[in-house]
Amino acid sequence: MTEKLHAYVDKLKAKDPSWVGEVTDAFGEVTAIVPAASIVDVCSFLKNDQGFDMLADLCGADRGPEEDPRFEVNYHLFSTVHHSRLRLKVLVSEDAPSVPTVAYLWKTANWHERETYDLVGVKFEGHPDLRRILLPSDFDGHALRKDYPLRGYEPYSLN
Amino acid sequence: MATAVENIAGVDVLDRPLESEMTLSMGPQHPSTHGVLRLDLKLDGELVIDCIPDIGYLHTGMEKLFEYKKYQQGIVITDRMDYLNPLGNNLVYVMAAEKLLQLEIPERAQVVRVLMCELQRIASHMVWLGTHALDIGAMSVFFYCFRQREKILNMIESASGGRLTPSYFRIGGLMMDLPAGFENRCRQFLGDFLEAMDTFETLVTGNPIFQSRTKDIGIISGEEAINWGLTGPCLRGSGVGLDLRRDNPYTGYETYDFNVPIETDGDVWARFRVRMRECYESHKIVRQALERLTPGPIKADAPKVVLPDRDDMRKHMDSLIHHFLIVAEGFDVPAGEVYMPIEASKGELGVYMKSNGGPKPERVHFRGPSFVNLAALPVMCEGEMVADVVAIIGSLDIVLGEIDR
Repeated sequence: MTEKLHAYVDKLKAKDPSWVGEVTDAFGEVTAIVPAASIVDVCSFLKNDQGFDMLADLCGADRGPEEDPRFEVNYHLFSTVHHSRLRLKVLVSEDAPSVPTVAYLWKTANWHERETYDLVGVKFEGHPDLRRILLPSDFDGHALRKDYPLRGYEPYSLN
Repeated sequence: MATAVENIAGVDVLDRPLESEMTLSMGPQHPSTHGVLRLDLKLDGELVIDCIPDIGYLHTGMEKLFEYKKYQQGIVITDRMDYLNPLGNNLVYVMAAEKLLQLEIPERAQVVRVLMCELQRIASHMVWLGTHALDIGAMSVFFYCFRQREKILNMIESASGGRLTPSYFRIGGLMMDLPAGFENRCRQFLGDFLEAMDTFETLVTGNPIFQSRTKDIGIISGEEAINWGLTGPCLRGSGVGLDLRRDNPYTGYETYDFNVPIETDGDVWARFRVRMRECYESHKIVRQALERLTPGPIKADAPKVVLPDRDDMRKHMDSLIHHFLIVAEGFDVPAGEVYMPIEASKGELGVYMKSNGGPKPERVHFRGPSFVNLAALPVMCEGEMVADVVAIIGSLDIVLGEIDR
């Protein structure tokens, strides 16, 4: 099953060796680590030439304040043609938590990126409308960060 | 531009007062927004120029909460996301954990999962049909739909003890076996349901008012739908035949015989037809699952993960110890990350689960179909009338509990 997925990763490597970092194969899923600078190129190659026409999901995660790079953004690509799934992972450091947007490739990325920005605090360069989406615009902090307390800093009121 | 044509007693009377843009805030308490959704509508008269959804009114921080709960405790949180399809949420969550744990699920548990999920899909579609028709003005359909849904909820209650929050699936199998008489009740329901579907086809499908309210409205092309990440009936209504039950099969769906209904028009009517036809397919799957129900174990053979039977606990020391450890400390899940997608009643419901080992997940993210489908609302609404916005929201079948999480 995963040979097919590795073939796509190999095509990426053949196109430009700097596009792909470490590749992991676990639980029948293939994850390729992609440098933030080339995520748009990688995505547009996979979308236009390899049939990964749908971005099934995009989500951020915080690995904890002591980790470096601290954040990761996961792109779950899906193809409505050959029904394969591939995960791209971008690692982001805490000093410059920013990734180029893919919202111009897939419109669905617009809200996913807003959600990631809202809850994890990773910025997406060039995003057309990077506002908070689930939390109010005056909310302080990013709730899904590991150092954000479960109950918040103080009782939040909508006033 | 609007110009003053007359000046009566110092008041400017405009020749077309609404030619300029007007902003209308629809919701969050508007009943047709199916929860607490607010839309900022930019209008030119009755015409929608732009529509900006504003969500988050129901945000409860579930994804944060998962990180503080043990794996088995997370199941009850999932019930509250898409509250019309709780069993689907349970299923995707436990399947993600099972994938990390690499558990083998026994045959009977698999069949029961399929059976219950398809019943839940019918129940979810009944709420959609009732509220969609209600939004458009057909009130009586609502009551007929809820009568059918009630029967399914009663069945789910008899199996799990909960109507809206069943938490019936457990990591490694089921909470408990189906109760005595469940199969007969289910067969009885299946017979009645086809009659009810005939009623709906007459009441709604054949209704010329309903047709004229839904045809050629909220059109989205297949290519655009894929770009917006639409899944489920919304995508299949645009002519793209994607159903994860067939294309990325799970829980043994590949062994069931069912069709994937597709409509090509991409309008509200097409999405309506897809869901109606899906009810028959779910009905078919339930019937097949009932035939396959054979006695057997309902929990995986993994004593460190699956709670032992009560009877075992009384007789065996090790069962008692396992029970205590699972409840008090949880069980360690191997480190790793998985993305588990299923075909929920509204589209692709995916869960991204990351584990660092230990009894609590590092990160749980839900890709809710309602969240993604709602994002495409502005393109469908552009150039439509305000009254049609209500029809389009109904055709997307959104649940705000899942969007806001």
